[in-house]
Amino acid sequence: MTKHDVKNNDKTKPGLGRRAVLATGVTGALAIPFLARGAGNVLRIGVPTVLSGPIALLGTSSRNALLLEADRINAAGGLAGRKIELVFEDGKAQPQETARVARELVNTGGCELLIDATPSSGAFAVQEVVRDLGVLCIHTCSETSSLTADPKLRAPTAFRCARQGVHDSIAGGAYLAQFANAHKFNKWATCSPDYAYGRDTTAQFLDFFRHFKPDIELVTQAWPKLGQPDFTEVITKLIQARPQALFTLLYAGDLSAFINQGNVYALFKAMTVCTPNVDYPVLSAIKNIPDGIQSGTRYFEEFPPLPANKAWSEAYRKRFGQYPTNWAWQNAAAMMFLEAAAKKAGTSDGKTLVAVLSGLTIDCPFGTNGKITMREDHTIIDYAIGWGRTIAKPPYIADIKPADWGQIIELETAWKKQLGYI
Amino acid sequence: MDLGALVACFASPACVVTQASSGLIVGLLLFLVAAGLTLIFGVLKIVNFAHGTFYMLGAYIAYSVLQATNSYGLAVLAAAAAMAVFGVAFERFLIARVYGGNVLMQLLICYAVVLIFDDLVKLIWGADFHAMGMPEAFQRAPIFIAGGVVPPFYAGLIVLSLCLAALLGLGLGFTRMGKIITAAAQNPQMVAALGINTTALFALVFGLGGGLAGLAGALAAPVRSLSPGMGFSILIESFIITVIGGMGSIAGALLTAIGYGLLRGFGTIGFPLFTDELIYAAMILVLLLRPSGLFGREIV
Repeated sequence: MTKHDVKNNDKTKPGLGRRAVLATGVTGALAIPFLARGAGNVLRIGVPTVLSGPIALLGTSSRNALLLEADRINAAGGLAGRKIELVFEDGKAQPQETARVARELVNTGGCELLIDATPSSGAFAVQEVVRDLGVLCIHTCSETSSLTADPKLRAPTAFRCARQGVHDSIAGGAYLAQFANAHKFNKWATCSPDYAYGRDTTAQFLDFFRHFKPDIELVTQAWPKLGQPDFTEVITKLIQARPQALFTLLYAGDLSAFINQGNVYALFKAMTVCTPNVDYPVLSAIKNIPDGIQSGTRYFEEFPPLPANKAWSEAYRKRFGQYPTNWAWQNAAAMMFLEAAAKKAGTSDGKTLVAVLSGLTIDCPFGTNGKITMREDHTIIDYAIGWGRTIAKPPYIADIKPADWGQIIELETAWKKQLGYI
Repeated sequence: MDLGALVACFASPACVVTQASSGLIVGLLLFLVAAGLTLIFGVLKIVNFAHGTFYMLGAYIAYSVLQATNSYGLAVLAAAAAMAVFGVAFERFLIARVYGGNVLMQLLICYAVVLIFDDLVKLIWGADFHAMGMPEAFQRAPIFIAGGVVPPFYAGLIVLSLCLAALLGLGLGFTRMGKIITAAAQNPQMVAALGINTTALFALVFGLGGGLAGLAGALAAPVRSLSPGMGFSILIESFIITVIGGMGSIAGALLTAIGYGLLRGFGTIGFPLFTDELIYAAMILVLLLRPSGLFGREIV
């Protein structure tokens, strides 16, 4: 507005002086977040996620799952009577950027709750924002156990609705120990990406694997770079070491390239490959998936074998034209937790929901027995973890054995004690 | 460091054959990309930071052509041809406008092209990764030489890449056009004064460089994941090859690429935790001792 305009305004509206206009404007601007926050029938939920870069596919699948669930909840009347409006922001998988957008979503975006759909690189940064603002947040993609296991890192209003590295390591260790005993496989190799996730989780897996099978011999370990285009020399090194089985934490495009390049060297005939990371994007990208990879189920529409799981996957595929990912089910489950908590509390107020969420068990298509619990330490248990073997044709993974959650919790507790978390 | 494993590997013919062949394939695919990069620099004095984009587009075009025609040969030819045309267009419409200009401007143009085509790939093929899969003709059991494993597809790639390197060397050294390109690299003003159309010549060089990168992308596509931005990592490695070999030297690029591949092949056994660092250390050493690179005196 120019000076001339202001003057005209003064003339046409003599009752509203310049100072009053300014004061009204300033007050209005300051009040916008609070007005938006209290905008009656709309509940804004902020979602920092990853919508660009190499893992944009996972961020997009998170967004898809949240939209699917928000539409379902809104069609049924909303969250405690309030329509959900999701606000997505791209944190670009960078900690600083993710923290910035998370803070803005709350401070100026009028968001009352956060669903943090970022990997660990972003989730730890968001955790500090949440601790500072005291807003209810559900992390849906970070698998790093310490986020909620370490009491120094835990935030009172933050929850995790995602699988955990320690749970997967125990389940994988137990399954593969049985498999190794059955086939008399003692010579093992590992091949994981050369960064925190690859190194830490491989070490964690080996700890639990040795717990179940102390007599394994680790003949070689390979640490290719994340996003390395060519694994040829790694593959030939593994073949030279002659292990009976290989454990790998490569994932997404790297796992796809490794399998394709491994096929060229007949790697899968030379050793049995075991990985928790075969999922639908990998299965759909690889034309010749080898038989007999021992594989975990990150998201699988056949496991848990529940009609609700299959129906959810079909609804997702019908709307978005692709299979859901592991991130997709975790985000959908987070919305289901919010829905159940709001129903129980009769409100969508964040502080009230924090108290209700802790210890809440919900009916959920992704639970081993159709239920998932948000434990008192703000992380979920009883979600579906299974291991099976790949087959070349749909459903791609057969003979899936569900993990024993009693065993997982027992060993997780021991692990927490060992690290001084409890 | 595992020197014992390295010594044991050198003592085993099987290990030597396997690691050497894997090193050769890594190196020779890199050579195809680096050859175009060094050729363009040698003649035009342009550091083509968008060269990885040619590689990426070559891979994606081959992927789509294979899906449409089920012919891998056609897919490779189409990718190389398309990238040669793209190279000519890139030189004519963009690079030609900044010849002799600020290097920063060249860099910005290349970077803009990288970003635009990364996003275009996302729009056309999607943000998720793709895998071409091995063409049926190459879905064969590996060959065993002295107990070492050599996949037929890789053996074919090694032979093809070496043939292309020989063709490139012979073409530049013994054909009229090759001699003109060599002369233009040394003194473009003199070549222009002799009545040779340097505008067309420069476009041709860019086309040749682009075609080689597109070819490398198509040849690598059956075994590598295709994703937006995949050209970036290959660009870094190609720069290492061209810098060590000597900017502008085809022979330097070939020998350095083979050395690079072998270092990776055997380094992963003897120095698994710092194979990459060895390569960077070699680059620093060469730059300190011979700032123009190993073969830097040869212009082309």
